[in-house]
Amino acid sequence: MTEHRSHLHGVMGEFDTPEQLLAAARKAREAGYKHIDAYTPFPIEGLAHAIGFRWTAVPLITLIGGVGGGLTGFGLQYWCSAVSYPINIAGRPLNSWPAFIPVTFELTVLGAAIFSVVGMLALNKLPEPYHPVFNVERFAAASTDRFFLVIEARDPKFDVTGCAKFFQEISARHVTEVKDEE
Amino acid sequence: MSTTAEPRGMRPLDPMIEPGHTYASVTDKIAAVVLTRPLGIGWLAGFALTFSLVMMLNIAVGWLITKGVGIWGINIPIGWGFAIVNFVWWIGIGHAGTLISAILFLLNQKWRTSINRFAEAMTLFAVACAGLFPLIHTGRPWMAYYMFPYPSTMGIWPQFRSPLIWDVFAVSTYGTVSLIFWFVGLLPDLATLRDRAKSRYQQVIYGMLSMGWRNSARHWHRYQSAYLLLAGLATPLVLSVHTVVSFDFAVAIVPGWHTTIFPPYFVAGAIYSGFAMVLTLAIPLRKAYGLEDFITMRHLDNMAKVMLATGLIVAYGYFVEFFMAFYSGNKFDVFLAEQRLHGPYSHFYFALILCNILTPQLLWISKVRRNVAALFIMSLVINTGMWLERFVIVVISLTRDFMPSAWGRYSATFWDYAIFVGTLGLFVMLMFLFVRGLPAIAIAEMRELVHETEEKGHQ
Repeated sequence: MTEHRSHLHGVMGEFDTPEQLLAAARKAREAGYKHIDAYTPFPIEGLAHAIGFRWTAVPLITLIGGVGGGLTGFGLQYWCSAVSYPINIAGRPLNSWPAFIPVTFELTVLGAAIFSVVGMLALNKLPEPYHPVFNVERFAAASTDRFFLVIEARDPKFDVTGCAKFFQEISARHVTEVKDEE
Repeated sequence: MSTTAEPRGMRPLDPMIEPGHTYASVTDKIAAVVLTRPLGIGWLAGFALTFSLVMMLNIAVGWLITKGVGIWGINIPIGWGFAIVNFVWWIGIGHAGTLISAILFLLNQKWRTSINRFAEAMTLFAVACAGLFPLIHTGRPWMAYYMFPYPSTMGIWPQFRSPLIWDVFAVSTYGTVSLIFWFVGLLPDLATLRDRAKSRYQQVIYGMLSMGWRNSARHWHRYQSAYLLLAGLATPLVLSVHTVVSFDFAVAIVPGWHTTIFPPYFVAGAIYSGFAMVLTLAIPLRKAYGLEDFITMRHLDNMAKVMLATGLIVAYGYFVEFFMAFYSGNKFDVFLAEQRLHGPYSHFYFALILCNILTPQLLWISKVRRNVAALFIMSLVINTGMWLERFVIVVISLTRDFMPSAWGRYSATFWDYAIFVGTLGLFVMLMFLFVRGLPAIAIAEMRELVHETEEKGHQ
């Protein structure tokens, strides 16, 4: 079994409640596993922290999108109205900045929103139609009422029997190997 | 739900979700509407009716494009008729969806959970109906791209000092952000449908739409971050959209339009009509698909309270319009105020007061708020009232300009009505398709709500 490590994605343990999963994730970290992931039917507070994932770049990407959108919006209006085709409308200054605020604001929001969503998807590496966890039949319940913890094969401490034992010790309801067919 | 926190002597709050539900039962119940429930005769009949209205819309718009806007009732001086009334009405209806999904999310109002998904869908469809009107109102919709700043061979640019151009940016941004907010919310639910789908056809479609979402904790973490940020962005956006729409009027010098109360009063009116539309949709939806466990009396009661509150803001807006007209002493403004009461369209104004101010006062009574039939009728009355409000604003002001020689009359033609009723058909048809194609209630959020309710129960 252990010879085929390259074809093994990891070992998956199944739990009944979010509390059990949270406790299991903490124990896995304490046991020294680094490459673990959890799968839950809804977001669970503290779980990302428990599997060792703290910082996300989504807010920063959103900020960049917002600032970029705002500058683009104002720059566009300034350039069109004062540089490219300056035209006197009712004696208003060419750079009538108060009138440029609404469009600047809208493009700020648009830029931030698009960056936020595209950034979130890109960091999550979505779309990703194939993933080894989908090979486990019981995993479909991850979108209903089952909570899964996976210790991945790339973890330096990884060892199938050791992981299986670990899951049994913390009384996972079900333990499976996750095969990678690629 | 724990009821101990309620003040003594008051009726305990209805639950946000009926007790006894588990993660699996909420998932089953909501997903079954999409995946397993057969098409009923009611759905087919409703779809057929609304589809035929969309065909009527196609004919009416086709005829409009062939003949030009002369087939409408607009004339000089009443250059803005039904098209603009309908535009403002539809875009206002959309606002409740964003309010529920974004503002109530930021305010941590848990009751939004079971109504946010279809309210957001309502927003999208209402914005689609709204967007049609300025487009066809240009008279030459194939030239509509003139409104966007693109490097044309003529070297000219849009007039960025004009509220009409602000409107183009506000509405298109609003439509785009609403769409991506809705899609982000749908992502985990599409994955749920993919995992439960039985037929190959469903698996492939939901599989592609869900982008391989696998409920990973890392994904959820970034997802929640993005969702919160989107809610924070959508909140000022929704307030800005109807503000900009009101600038279309308020920046003009026409009496009855040129008032500073317009932005807040338009936003309140938008939310008012939007919540009325959410009720109009929610009441039949929960009945038809047996979703009373999820869309409970608590939701209907809360929505009625929001309508009452925003209705009072709107009433204040009407009062301020009159007050400012007389307080300013501007004879054109005073004249216009009198025209609303005594002019040729005064029956519209009185109908508006009846629908928007007097009838909703019944919502103070708890028995009315808890009577589903009464709420449904009330929601229709308020939607009518808000449509009349936009008619009063657009048409009465234009018929009574500064000079008597510029006065006129307006009456809508068959084609005006055909296009308006056609967009109603389009809106309802899209809702029909939506409830059978996508989960009408956010499943992942409902599971979260079950979890939170259980935790509260243990405490």
